[in-house]
Amino acid sequence: MFIQQIINGLTLGSVYALIALGYTMVYGILQLINFAHGEIYMIGAYMAVIALGVLTATGLTAVNLPLSIFLVFIISGLFCGAYGLTLERIAYRPLRHAHRLSPLISAIGMSIFLQNYVMLTQDTVDKVFPHIIPATGLELAGASISYLQIFILAASFILMTALHLFIKKTRLGKAMRATSQDSRMASLVGINVDSVIAVTFVIGSILAAAAGVMVAMYYGSVNFFIGYSAGIKAFTAAVLGGIGNIPGAMLGGLLLGLVEGLGASYISSEYKDVFAFLILILVLIFRPTGLLGERVGEKV
Amino acid sequence: MAVAAIMPQKNLLKYIFIPFWFGFLVFPFTGIKSAIFLSLAIISGEAVFYGITRLEATARVKKILKLIFRPHILQLFGKKGGGGLSAGSLKGRNIILASIGFAALLVILPVFLNNYYIDVLTLAGLYAVLALGLNISVGLAGLLDLGYIAFYAIGAYTYALLSTKLGVSFWLALPIGGFFAAGIGFMLGIITLRLRGDYLAIVTLGFIQIVHLVLNNWDGLTGGPNGILGIARPSLASFKFSQPIHFYYLILGIALLTAIVINRLNNSRIGRAWIAMREDEIAAEAMGIDTTKMKCLAFSIGAFWAGIAGVFFAGKFAFVSPESFTFFESVFVLAMVVLGGMGSIPGVIAGATILIILPEILRGFASYRMLIFGAVLVAMMVFRPQGLIGSQRRKIELHPEDEKIYVQEMESLYEVEHR
Repeated sequence: MFIQQIINGLTLGSVYALIALGYTMVYGILQLINFAHGEIYMIGAYMAVIALGVLTATGLTAVNLPLSIFLVFIISGLFCGAYGLTLERIAYRPLRHAHRLSPLISAIGMSIFLQNYVMLTQDTVDKVFPHIIPATGLELAGASISYLQIFILAASFILMTALHLFIKKTRLGKAMRATSQDSRMASLVGINVDSVIAVTFVIGSILAAAAGVMVAMYYGSVNFFIGYSAGIKAFTAAVLGGIGNIPGAMLGGLLLGLVEGLGASYISSEYKDVFAFLILILVLIFRPTGLLGERVGEKV
Repeated sequence: MAVAAIMPQKNLLKYIFIPFWFGFLVFPFTGIKSAIFLSLAIISGEAVFYGITRLEATARVKKILKLIFRPHILQLFGKKGGGGLSAGSLKGRNIILASIGFAALLVILPVFLNNYYIDVLTLAGLYAVLALGLNISVGLAGLLDLGYIAFYAIGAYTYALLSTKLGVSFWLALPIGGFFAAGIGFMLGIITLRLRGDYLAIVTLGFIQIVHLVLNNWDGLTGGPNGILGIARPSLASFKFSQPIHFYYLILGIALLTAIVINRLNNSRIGRAWIAMREDEIAAEAMGIDTTKMKCLAFSIGAFWAGIAGVFFAGKFAFVSPESFTFFESVFVLAMVVLGGMGSIPGVIAGATILIILPEILRGFASYRMLIFGAVLVAMMVFRPQGLIGSQRRKIELHPEDEKIYVQEMESLYEVEHR
């Protein structure tokens, strides 16, 4: 039972971590919470359903399952990247120098807009994602871990490692780090801050898309409302790990998944969604910099 | 200006690219046909826009637009709210006369209307009270409170429980609901004291979520998803409030009281302290403002009016359920404040009225309501952050006329930082 909950918690936690990365990267550069990020994740999940529907219609899923799953990820990532880019262009870039309340309100507006856009075009009923990965799995110390869970954990691990390498090793990653340290200084040494920000949004959105596809597979259904609670939970994960800190977001996501899994089974499943908020409030009160965040003095 | 910045006319490639881009974005969701339709709509919109910017008469069109968007009378009103310095002294007399005229109009208006319109106006009044309350934290103190509706819920459930369990009268419940909500607001203020703007937004979002969950799950007290039925309608001696018009005058009275109190607050020491805090918290603290106290005060006074509005809600509809108190209601009220003009009292009232009446007129678009509100929030922030009837002062703060000022500010700050 206990081990089972840990496995479930880690699976969910790795999904939270992927979404949290998008929050934390944008915050690191713009000091801004991208409220609409949860909706991007939701759009990713819908794109998975739509793309799989098309691939099934063409008969590819019956012929080559791994390739079609791969294609679902690619298509969803592509579209979410495009949505993230557009989001930044419309709702954030014109407000780069505005009062700090402005981007926040426009982000909330964007979030509401995207949610209703999906609701109106895709209807309010849940979309079913067919179980294409068999539900069987392995037995592990009295608990069962399905192949799908293994797949989710492995895929998240690969994506996070890729992101880590991208940020540490590539030129663009270096530019992102420089911009998050001091964007004015970065622009003085020839970094195009605008395009770095755009790239950040695109990468965050692609990670959210991957999370969306995996959640669609895991739960087998999707609705337009999932972005809202997942967004808040992922944000909590980002804050828990220390917002702006990339390894922190990964750690925070996993921890939150664990707490939620264990809390739901041992305390109360009705109030499952409250745990995230309680953690968020406690962290913000007692350790606002998060577990791995450094203490930064507020700039005057 | 702002439109031109997004679509510079030199860049024709962009004009061709934009419709394709949006068509590409929406086609998996809407189907190919609608996507092509959207692209064509964008193309025609662009053509009109391009034509306008190219026309010799552009200047004239701009002038007309300016007239539509900022008529003289609106400017007169705009100076009243938020400013803190000007009202009461400069054009005080005109404003007071205009306000009295407006109030008198509201008093005689229902005589000419049927019950349906009176109900709509009552709703507008209710939301005006809510929006005025939210305006204190968002507009004056600059604290983005997304959980505002939670206080409304607390007020409504307070009266619902007091009435059904203890038989407390409406008039006694009105202050009790208000003060109870204010107390909770004070507590939330204390908890969230150290949080910066965006953190505050998300914690208050969590707050409304928790309140919603509790209302839904605590069956013993709140009746769960079924809510509470059979709440007593207000009555005075033998007179019972039953007709829509009774509730109209009741909410009109409450709304006028709210507007007067908040206007007085706005021009007081406290109001100025809020505005200072909104503009620069650290500088305000350095000037000797007790920001802790001011934040808690902003939260609790805002919450007080939400509580009052909640009691009225329960009294009017005689029924409360968690469905009426969601995060989306919060966004709805926020949209009123933002549309009308943060920090401006006439603006906020106008925003509430517009957003209540417009959906009634556009019944056919009912399902697009939230979609439009979302778009309104974004568009207002990008093009007119000070709102339709914004206060002059707020405008300068939210909308620095050009980059130069911003750069200057940043440079002077940079020197301070790195000395």
